[in-house]
Amino acid sequence: MRLAYSWLKKYLDLDMPAKDLAEKIERTAVEVDSVTRGDNGLKKIVIGHILSMTTHPDSDHLHICSVDVGEDQPLQIVCGAPNVAAGQKVIVALPNSRIGGNVKIKRSKMRGVESEGMICALDEIGFSKDVVPKEWADGIYVFDDDVPVGEPVYHYLGMDDPIIDLDVTPNRGDMLSILGTVHELAAIYNQHPEIKAPVVNEDPSLRANDEIHATADHQLAKTYKLRVIKGVKIAPSPAWLQITLWNAGVRPINNVVDVTNYILMKYGQPLHSFDQDKIDGDITVRLANQGEKITTLDEEERELSTEDMVIADQKQPIAIAGVMGGFNTQIDDNTKDVVLESAIFDSFHIRKTAQRHVLHSEASQRFERGINPDTVEAAVNEAANMIQQLAGGHIAQGIVTASEYHPELPTIFITAERTNHVLGTDLSLEDIKQIFDRLGFSSESVKDGLNVTIPARRWDIHIEADLFEEVARIYGYDNLPATLPTGRQTIGTLTPTQKIQRASRQILEGLGLTQAISYSLTTEAKASMFLMRDSKLTKLMSPMTQDHSTLRMNILSGLLDDVAYNHAHKVDDVALYETGRVFYKDSDDQVRPEEVEHIAGVLTGNLTDPSWNNHVSPVDFYQLKGIVDQFITNLGVNGAITYTSTDRYPEMHPGRTADIAVHGHYVGFIGQVHPKIAKQFKIKQTYAFELNMQTLIDLPKTDDQYQAISKYPSVKRDISLLVDTSVSNDQVVELMNKRGGAFLHDIQLFDVYEGKNVPNGKKSMAYSLVYVNPRETLKDEVVTAAFEKVKKHLTDELNAEIR
Amino acid sequence: MSLRDQLTEIKQKGLADIDSTTDLKKLNEIRVHLLGKKGPITAALRGIKDLPVDERPEVGSYANKIRDAITQAVADHRENLENAVLNKQLAAETIDVTLPGKPVAQGQPHVIQQIIDEFVDLFLGMGYQVLQGPEVESDKYNFEMMNLPKNHPARDMQDTFYLSSEYLMRSQTSPMQARALEKHDFSKGPLKMISPGIVYRRDTDDPTHSHQFHQVEGLVIDRHITMADLKGTLITMAQKIFGDKFDIRLRPSYFPFTEPSVEVDVTCFNCMGKGCDVCKHTGWIEVLGAGMVHPNVLEMAGVDSKVYGGFAFGVGPDRFAMLKYGVDDIRDFYLDDVRFLDQFDKRGI
Repeated sequence: MRLAYSWLKKYLDLDMPAKDLAEKIERTAVEVDSVTRGDNGLKKIVIGHILSMTTHPDSDHLHICSVDVGEDQPLQIVCGAPNVAAGQKVIVALPNSRIGGNVKIKRSKMRGVESEGMICALDEIGFSKDVVPKEWADGIYVFDDDVPVGEPVYHYLGMDDPIIDLDVTPNRGDMLSILGTVHELAAIYNQHPEIKAPVVNEDPSLRANDEIHATADHQLAKTYKLRVIKGVKIAPSPAWLQITLWNAGVRPINNVVDVTNYILMKYGQPLHSFDQDKIDGDITVRLANQGEKITTLDEEERELSTEDMVIADQKQPIAIAGVMGGFNTQIDDNTKDVVLESAIFDSFHIRKTAQRHVLHSEASQRFERGINPDTVEAAVNEAANMIQQLAGGHIAQGIVTASEYHPELPTIFITAERTNHVLGTDLSLEDIKQIFDRLGFSSESVKDGLNVTIPARRWDIHIEADLFEEVARIYGYDNLPATLPTGRQTIGTLTPTQKIQRASRQILEGLGLTQAISYSLTTEAKASMFLMRDSKLTKLMSPMTQDHSTLRMNILSGLLDDVAYNHAHKVDDVALYETGRVFYKDSDDQVRPEEVEHIAGVLTGNLTDPSWNNHVSPVDFYQLKGIVDQFITNLGVNGAITYTSTDRYPEMHPGRTADIAVHGHYVGFIGQVHPKIAKQFKIKQTYAFELNMQTLIDLPKTDDQYQAISKYPSVKRDISLLVDTSVSNDQVVELMNKRGGAFLHDIQLFDVYEGKNVPNGKKSMAYSLVYVNPRETLKDEVVTAAFEKVKKHLTDELNAEIR
Repeated sequence: MSLRDQLTEIKQKGLADIDSTTDLKKLNEIRVHLLGKKGPITAALRGIKDLPVDERPEVGSYANKIRDAITQAVADHRENLENAVLNKQLAAETIDVTLPGKPVAQGQPHVIQQIIDEFVDLFLGMGYQVLQGPEVESDKYNFEMMNLPKNHPARDMQDTFYLSSEYLMRSQTSPMQARALEKHDFSKGPLKMISPGIVYRRDTDDPTHSHQFHQVEGLVIDRHITMADLKGTLITMAQKIFGDKFDIRLRPSYFPFTEPSVEVDVTCFNCMGKGCDVCKHTGWIEVLGAGMVHPNVLEMAGVDSKVYGGFAFGVGPDRFAMLKYGVDDIRDFYLDDVRFLDQFDKRGI
């Protein structure tokens, strides 16, 4: 809502700078988008009088004008506007002036003829093309004759009037009007503006009810009123009205339509004007028939549905109610008789229609947010009167009323105690009453409180809490004390789950992975990758793009997108993890997916930067396995972590992927991303893991329990084996543990070798076995006996050759 | 030459020899020679028995002093020589300390996570609990229980990702208010919670819009919670998270689930309130929405609004991070460019 400061001043005694007024509005009522002035940045633009005009010798459209700009000598200005003529008073940008778009105008030559400045069109000095009257759209603007030559133009175009643009919240539809804002400012500044009821100069020889009949469905139009003005003469509106409208952001059209728009801005009451001669019979407010068509004022043909409200005559719809008028009944230059409509249409239907037809007009916006039932009639009365003053004609006596609505005014009981209880203030009932007085709400003292009656113009107020807000904002939020909640103590701690979640992030960061956050909404294809269980897709009903159409069922695909983004930006080394939700569905019938917390990571390139003393090698399976192993260990999940080779993930390398289980519970997988998938994502060799974080959270945990460190020395024995390549480390370690005896404390694999000097199909593996007896010094023969036993079993059971 | 003079001469020569030695081995030879059984002092002392009895103690004591002085001189000189050797070795070992250290692997928390953790830690300290809720939410919790009945103008189908007529991607963390209110047992104490999480809007991604972003919801309900408490809590938040010099101001606003509703501005990060382009010359930047919980929200969740009341607020960590660190494109948070993420490595805040 664009408020011209000068319009407000007609009702209120305001002398502060517009910026201060705007600030006050923002702090007390609604947000202010901007405070602007049309003449911002403009310089040396004056009213000129074209004394004479000749055609340019070298051009068929340029004219050479001699223009009086109030100086000793007239200026010679070349002008190409089609409507330029001698005798006109026009906008002249003088040499060294600045016009719209920060353009500087200098003395120049146009096809060899000197031009001392420029005669301007409205849009050239900063007007939006949307508000320039059609009359001046394709040429220069011409003033009425009574403007003073040589004066700056700004005042005569309303450009010196500050415009405060309000961003009105949905509840404050009352502020989408000058009068609504005046009431608000009156409360803020404690003033008592006089708002006069309009006088209508009716012609007793004409009776509205004889002119037209109307019926309305009360559900659709609570109030529906018409006035008739006969014998008007359509013409452009006077300059003051045009200025008022374009400052409000509305294009002036003619003296009838402009009046309806002026009233819309003043009262917040949308009006519509029909050409009476174009209406066929009685009119009615009804829902459209399915498939019914109407061509609206913007000359678009629109097909209507049974949810659209229309105004119809006997034959066809003549307007989409409250949204846009019909082309066929619009006011044109030959209109004589005008039917003015002032109504309250159902906001729900208006909203749906405006959305369906993408027709958000000044009118629809107001019907959606509410209309003051008190001024429906005043608005149409003032409009009729203004039309008569500006366009002549006779106002038929009376108002045609198809429906009428006078709401019962709500009365709300409020006490000082409750108000202070909620606001934390220390106001007396008298203080509160004064605030309601300023707001123009009548109040009556009853017992220890007030019965406050809410005027119809504040339809947003229904309950006690609404009144607390009125008190708080007029009293001033700055005046509220600042305290902290007191009362019963509460203990703020993270839950065990939250602690594990926080720890999980810190562990992975310590292991070198940076936290990523990617999108949960992805493509169908990516959503279905790296599945850890069977699941149906969860899709959005109406996605914005296919890229974000489906809920992810894995985190990895998002991380691979991240790797791809980094690679595309020449970052080869990526180590990321992400924790978040994946969404599973057991069947297509299930609407709400199950949300499961996962954690996943990717490694590609080098984990640390190569440097003069850091000779890195690219990450591999075992580097990531070390990270994952440390991660799960630090989470303290009870039981052994096991890795089982698997080829069940189509997106993973079939020979370099393992399922991970803790104490026999499947928790996720680790491995190399399948080269085909890597190619598809345009990424280099990448290693990845994804774990079900929820399972890790739910699995039983081991608490740390101190184990006394043996005071007796340990004994270490190394063993080197030659085994078939099919024998896994797990098999060897398991056997060693099983047969290693009571004192076997630790097993370390220190070498694996295949190749030269090792027979084909065999590999060499070397282990250190550490023996400890916590109670006494180990005797050499005890260790030897245990070690020999292990050797024997390795030979017998794994066909190992001890070297 | 008297015995005493002999001893003095031995001393002077001995000390001179010690002093002029630059070699540890040589020094040891000198020591052995001077103090040994075959050395000059021992030899000289043999002559004591030839002296008169009353002179013997004095010369004996003089001889011991000389022996001590030489012992001490040897020890001192040895230390000097040893130091010289060590210093030479250390000098040879000098390195260029400006060469870079060996790189280590250290990941960073996502910048938005850092902001969320700051909120979480602050409010834990003020006795709040942390609640997490579903990202797929029902229309009932996301809208209806938040006082946005079907056909309410402020709920626009266009803005929300629906999965069905009933379920949707939550467009706000506010449904956690309803969920918390329903579950809370007020006989056990007030409800004080914050709920961080991801929310979704049907927006086209651009520098200031993202279809996925974060919110932190806050809610305090008890028998006597005032709007002044809300103001004090938000001031505490601004000052603890941004610094003591920050202030806040409240402006009227509208949310269906609070009444009164306010927008909250915080002192502009860029100009500290003087006015600049970032804050459009107001000195303030809008950072969050808040208000007193609407009685309908309490009643719908089964809480008696005549007895209980309180405040709620909702913060956008994405916006906080953009303002605090001068990030001008929200999409940067979700691209996971390593060069972006690794910049936020200052954990000392």
